[in-house]
Amino acid sequence: MDDAIPADDVTEGESGPRVGLFVTCLVDLFRPIVGFSAVRLLEWAGCRVEVPGSQTCCGQPAYNSGDRADAADIARQVIAAFEGFDYVVAPSGSCAGMLREHYPALLADDTDWAPRAHHLARRTHELVSFLVDIRGMGGVDGVRYDGAVTYHDSCSGLRELGVKAQPRQLLGTVAGLELHELPGAEICCGFGGTFCVKYPDISNKMVGDKARDIVATGADTMLAGDMGCLLNMAGKLSRDGAEVRVRHVAEVLAGMLDEPPIGQSRRS
Amino acid sequence: MSEARDAILGGVRKALAGQQLGDRSEASVDARLDGRPRGIIPDRVAKPHDALVDLFVTMAEQVSATVVRLDGLNDVPEAAAQFLADHNLPAALRLAPDPSLEGVDWTARPMLEVSRGPARPDDVTSLTASVAGIAETGTLMLASGAGSPTTLNFLPDNHIVVLHEGQVVGAYEDAWDRLRAAGGPPRTVNLVTGPSRTGDIEQIIQLGAHGPRRLHILLIADGADGGP
Amino acid sequence: MQPTSLAFKDRARDAVTDAQLQRALLNMKPGFQQRRAATVAKLPEFEALRDQARDIKNHTLANLDTYLLRFEERVVANGGQVHWARTGREACEAIAEICRRAGARTVTKGKSMVAEEIGLNDHLEAEGFTPIETDLGEYIIQLRHEAPSHIIAPALHLVKQQIADTFREAHTDLEADRPLSEPRQLTDEARAMLRRSFLSADVGITGANFLVAETGQTVIVTNEGNGDLTQCLPRIHIVISSIEKAVPTLEDCSAILRLLARSATGQEFSAYTTFSTGPKRAEDLDGPDEFHVVLLDNGRSAVLGTEAEDTLRCIRCGACMNHCPVYGSVGGHAYGWVVPGPIGAALDPALIGLDQARHLPNASTFCGRCETVCPMKIPLTKIMRHWRVKEFESGLAPASVRRGLSLWAWAAKRPRLYRFGTRLAMRMLGLLGRRRGRIGWLPLSGGWTRFRDMPAPQGRTFQDQWAAASRQDSGGR
Repeated sequence: MDDAIPADDVTEGESGPRVGLFVTCLVDLFRPIVGFSAVRLLEWAGCRVEVPGSQTCCGQPAYNSGDRADAADIARQVIAAFEGFDYVVAPSGSCAGMLREHYPALLADDTDWAPRAHHLARRTHELVSFLVDIRGMGGVDGVRYDGAVTYHDSCSGLRELGVKAQPRQLLGTVAGLELHELPGAEICCGFGGTFCVKYPDISNKMVGDKARDIVATGADTMLAGDMGCLLNMAGKLSRDGAEVRVRHVAEVLAGMLDEPPIGQSRRS
Repeated sequence: MSEARDAILGGVRKALAGQQLGDRSEASVDARLDGRPRGIIPDRVAKPHDALVDLFVTMAEQVSATVVRLDGLNDVPEAAAQFLADHNLPAALRLAPDPSLEGVDWTARPMLEVSRGPARPDDVTSLTASVAGIAETGTLMLASGAGSPTTLNFLPDNHIVVLHEGQVVGAYEDAWDRLRAAGGPPRTVNLVTGPSRTGDIEQIIQLGAHGPRRLHILLIADGADGGP
Repeated sequence: MQPTSLAFKDRARDAVTDAQLQRALLNMKPGFQQRRAATVAKLPEFEALRDQARDIKNHTLANLDTYLLRFEERVVANGGQVHWARTGREACEAIAEICRRAGARTVTKGKSMVAEEIGLNDHLEAEGFTPIETDLGEYIIQLRHEAPSHIIAPALHLVKQQIADTFREAHTDLEADRPLSEPRQLTDEARAMLRRSFLSADVGITGANFLVAETGQTVIVTNEGNGDLTQCLPRIHIVISSIEKAVPTLEDCSAILRLLARSATGQEFSAYTTFSTGPKRAEDLDGPDEFHVVLLDNGRSAVLGTEAEDTLRCIRCGACMNHCPVYGSVGGHAYGWVVPGPIGAALDPALIGLDQARHLPNASTFCGRCETVCPMKIPLTKIMRHWRVKEFESGLAPASVRRGLSLWAWAAKRPRLYRFGTRLAMRMLGLLGRRRGRIGWLPLSGGWTRFRDMPAPQGRTFQDQWAAASRQDSGGR
């Protein structure tokens, strides 16, 4: 699907577009602060944010395991939950990619749902690219983060949705933040959803390489835009004893740093 | 084996009933084979002929071929002798019996032992003509024939090729047109881009894997329309 | 070649801890990835050429029967012979028969993945012939009795010390204490050894990168020159090629050649691209007396018209595996068949059966890097996903995976129940990990916690907190 297709039916009033936040299951369960950061950023960008309660997961575990029937059921549930919003935004390239790129393919043969899937796909965006590309956000004012940061490009966001420059652009406006580019930032961290538990030895090799690259940048903080990758990298860095703080990019951009970094306790 | 032939072609036809790759018609095949449409030609060859010759030299040198530019065929014996001397090679050349090389006067170099014919196992250096030089990638087009045995291109350690500036073309397609103009395809067409090489051991490039260790091109200035 | 792909997991586990293999695999980044990137950057038309190549090959495949017939016509008109083979067995027998009639003893071979696929060397040896691989990488692995681990660099899995050891063991007539520590010395030794074979061979066998229907030419793309010495010196030249290698014209072939070397080794063009047309002519001073083309199906025709048909566009450049983080972690042997990496994961289930190859399409994170470099724009992850669907639908997926998945899906389709259950579970996990912020071991999560900590959840789910905040702030967000 073309990146540049605009939502054709945005009813943006004076109060800004109505955005449905697709929280994603991993943010919902593991790291709610990312959801609240997303809400804050969207509100800064002039959006009215709602969170449909009938969402669970985007269905990737089923879809990527070849279980099309369950994946399609879940897709229909998500489509129904998010009908009527001007935009649907997810703090994840992977889940946004699922809604944008794969729902239309999954429901292509379903005459009732295919058009609805396309309609949702056209309105769905990954959070940071939505802020920059759709809402024209040039930076975050008054946000400060004192630290040397490195950034990993999660695969789906990067290759399915073209998320690359947008997070760097916004991070560049955070006061005190110094960006150290990660060599091999575009190489997969080895998460891959069920891959990491089905093929743990390979996944461990990949995330081990990634953790080494992260430490070698000398950065004290590691950011990315997808919880799956973040849990994987944080879990490995922590097991290796590396003292790198891991956060979702939205937390830093929204200045919501109350929670300890991923995988660390309040006291550590 | 005609049973296998029928089975394979039948299988292909049957399977292709459900394909989603493209249009299927004998007419489209004929049109393509007869029309031989050209696709995208890299912009780097959209240049006047002089610049194409320079591009050929640059590209050939990038792949470790050596090029010397000569004023005419008469300079070939001296340049060849110089190459042999520079590399401490025996003063002997195995020549392609190519009519286009007949005009070269080897008597000026009496110390140089020249013989003609296909390559023999002990020949160290060969000298052949060529059909075209393709500027796009510094590639030589060599074609087998009565005057150009293929073994000369591969068996000796050193290969000297005579190329006329007028033979330099831009793209591969231009070289195919030249070859077609000369008749049907010869037994072998060799597109040669630099000397033999391998990266099979730890991805470290070594020249001279099995074919020539050195490829030396004598580029003869004879104007844009010259050459055989 | 007998597939051993079912052992993928075990072999992968061994591979990631094999220090020599890991050292060898590190060479791919400078050797393949960086060279490709630099060369592609010099050709602004590269992306457009990819689209064009896809279209050329799609057209050819859609008319494959006609193109094969035109190709055959031209080969015969040029004085060559065409042999059709449905299976690897038929191809091996056809080739052995040609060798027998020629009274051949030594058979030199250029690198051919199709020959590996059909186990040609074993067959020829069993028939009393001596096949000698002449590509440096293939020569090395033949001496070691190994299968290739990469389609264009068969000995990619080895470091030079291992190759030196192999040469010392094999070349017993050379001085035992000769220096062999450098690639230059190893290359020169192989060159000298193989010279004898080239000159004594009765038959030369090469593969084909392309079959040009317009002219009846077979095309090989090489760097070493071994493929040429294999075909210009012996009395007989046999080409073994699978049927999907057809292209219409020299123009089409040139268009795809612009992508091949750049994608494979990062060269602008390979050193030797050779077009072979029939046997030696009356006026020729060298060349083979006979020219045979063996056209192999071995399952290709059955791939046409299926969801995997795009794999038939593959030109075997290896770019997908060169850029694949999974291949880069385990190397090619783990895949257990001749075509490894992403293209193997997409193609092998079609050629050796999904029951044999079922791990391969699963062992991918769907990171998609392969698709960004595939010169023929093969939708590799889409095809891998197709195989996963087939696996799931045919019940080949492991029962534990199916059970876990169906339980999860059952919950995910019931949002209220899901919210209730996850609220409880996350509170428990949150408590469990509260002190350290991470959890070192969890039941049923061994695949994760064996190698990594499980970062502890915050404790209350987002939905839980959001609902509470909304109740408090009932004017509403």
